[in-house]
Amino acid sequence: MSQKRKPKLAVWKFASCDGCQLSLLDCEDELLAIAGEIEIANFPEASRAVIKGPYDVSLVEGSITTPHDAERIHQVRRSSKFLITIGACATAGGIQALRNFKDVKEFISVVYAVPEYIETLNKSTPISDHVSVDFELRGCPINKLQLVEVLSAFLNARKPNIPPYSVCIECKRRATVCVMVAHGTPCLGPVTQAGCGAICPSYNRGCYGCFGPKETPNTSSLGDHWNKLSVDNDGIIRAFRGFNAYADAFRKESEIREK
Amino acid sequence: MTKLTINLGDKATIKSSDIILLFNALRSAGYSVIGPTIREGTIVYEELTSIDDLPVGWTDEQEGGSYRLKKRSDNAFFGYNVGPHSWKKFLFPPSLRLWNARKNGNNFQILPENNDTPKFAFIGVRACELHAMAVQDKVFMNGTYIDPVYKSRREHAFIVAVNCGQAGNTCFCTSMKTGPKVTSGYDLSLTEIIQDEIHYFLVEVGSEIGAEILNQIPHESAENKDIESADRIVEETAKNMGRTLDTNNLKELLYNNYDNPRWDDVANRCLSCSNCTMVCPTCFCTTVEDVTDLKGENSERWRKWDSCFTVDFSYIHGGSIRSTVRSRYRQWLTHKLATWIDQFGSSGCVGCGRCITWCPVAIDLTEEVSIIRLSNNNSESLSSDKSDFREKHNH
Repeated sequence: MSQKRKPKLAVWKFASCDGCQLSLLDCEDELLAIAGEIEIANFPEASRAVIKGPYDVSLVEGSITTPHDAERIHQVRRSSKFLITIGACATAGGIQALRNFKDVKEFISVVYAVPEYIETLNKSTPISDHVSVDFELRGCPINKLQLVEVLSAFLNARKPNIPPYSVCIECKRRATVCVMVAHGTPCLGPVTQAGCGAICPSYNRGCYGCFGPKETPNTSSLGDHWNKLSVDNDGIIRAFRGFNAYADAFRKESEIREK
Repeated sequence: MTKLTINLGDKATIKSSDIILLFNALRSAGYSVIGPTIREGTIVYEELTSIDDLPVGWTDEQEGGSYRLKKRSDNAFFGYNVGPHSWKKFLFPPSLRLWNARKNGNNFQILPENNDTPKFAFIGVRACELHAMAVQDKVFMNGTYIDPVYKSRREHAFIVAVNCGQAGNTCFCTSMKTGPKVTSGYDLSLTEIIQDEIHYFLVEVGSEIGAEILNQIPHESAENKDIESADRIVEETAKNMGRTLDTNNLKELLYNNYDNPRWDDVANRCLSCSNCTMVCPTCFCTTVEDVTDLKGENSERWRKWDSCFTVDFSYIHGGSIRSTVRSRYRQWLTHKLATWIDQFGSSGCVGCGRCITWCPVAIDLTEEVSIIRLSNNNSESLSSDKSDFREKHNH
């Protein structure tokens, strides 16, 4: 029997903080197993050695914020059989998508001594706005166990177990008490996708929505309830304008409440 | 042969200070004692390390979407209503590995799962919760396919029930005929009596093993006055239900109202977050996830609590059949209160009120049903007005 060729993996960075791709290095116990099954062919954070494409699987971190990147992502897509976006920047535009609600030219003129040197787009957009994406892994940052699950599923040609339901289900399965009902703490859990393991409520904090909108999110009903918990619309806008500010459901809710 | 001084069906009293002896007797009989304790500002069910873990002197105030602890003016052990947890998390674990398998050439080998049954003693089980267990018993133990994990945990569990000394604002067990008096399904049942300076428990023996445990604790035969005091407490509780649900023709009402506009109204508020189903002591739905390791040599099958409020729950080839929140809420409520009766011979609701309290946006099924009933009655009288009108004009 011939030795099966290991799939080639590449990791790409766009506008981002590198936290998500570092989750791959943070896999610790699983990292050796990953390296055993996958040829890490292009991962500048881990090694300067770069093996040429095409790649079987690409992990793409970061959003598109410059004309150069808007071109580069097409090259990445062309050289990748399977393209997985990782993290809030790549899947929703990230925290830098706050620019989308304001005038970027004005920012540049205020911040930079020579604004002409800055070449940037008016909006920070997710990868899926530019190329077709095979799978989106949410989170700010992503959960490393979910990353291993997605890679395992890819290697074994099965569907990944990455449910799109609410954080509430994770809270309830781990028997965490609801912080909104029991303490009146505003929480985005009921409109946010599971995946983190419901970390914040387990420390008596409300969910910050790091994993973006869940399936069929009812942001307006939750927002109305936050009003009853004495959070005004400015507070609700701030909550929805976090790492996933430009994700459709969160963006729309914040825009409605801005009027 | 040990001579038992107390038998099945007997009633006795024990001093409140001797409750620790009940705890000790259960522990020395090998039970892990699970009961109420305070955590994160609520009264939850967890393993108790000592009798000091009980929420002595605490109660709760509940409303739709709100739960707050409050100090009582006495030292009651069980002076609270049901909280965020239910016993189902022990009998029907939220996540459970069903089996794991190892790749074996082109085949695979299933490795036996370690099925040690924890031996639970549940302290403080309320009447509605016993009814909820009976409902889950039907689901997991009485059908063609028996759940071995549930069955062995359930059969080994020792149950110390408690008659409710107060009703919560979201309670409606009297409507569902599931309480507040504990009637069956317990080993021992307690009624906590605090009169003037006297604090004691009336104990009823519901099983042989219950009698065995009680015989290890100092107790006295109950007198009529004790039984009357206990009865009065439960009667008073029954009079103070915070909610009511009219169950008259409820099944037919819901079957006739699939298109009631109220479903749109509730869908505007419902978060489809699944909290109601997770806290419900009878909801039993699960999903199954198969996971593999990176090499594909080991594989595991996990069963996890699932909810009819997720899109994937009704996913069949081609898509989800309940894509709207309206259809998901309607499915949940109609199953719980109507189709459950056709499926299992009883309602799926025991009136514990958890779905009301723990709904983040305070959706109240008793309110939804009463509004549907009202609009149904109005449209019926409207349609009978119309038929009167037609009859008059046909002549």
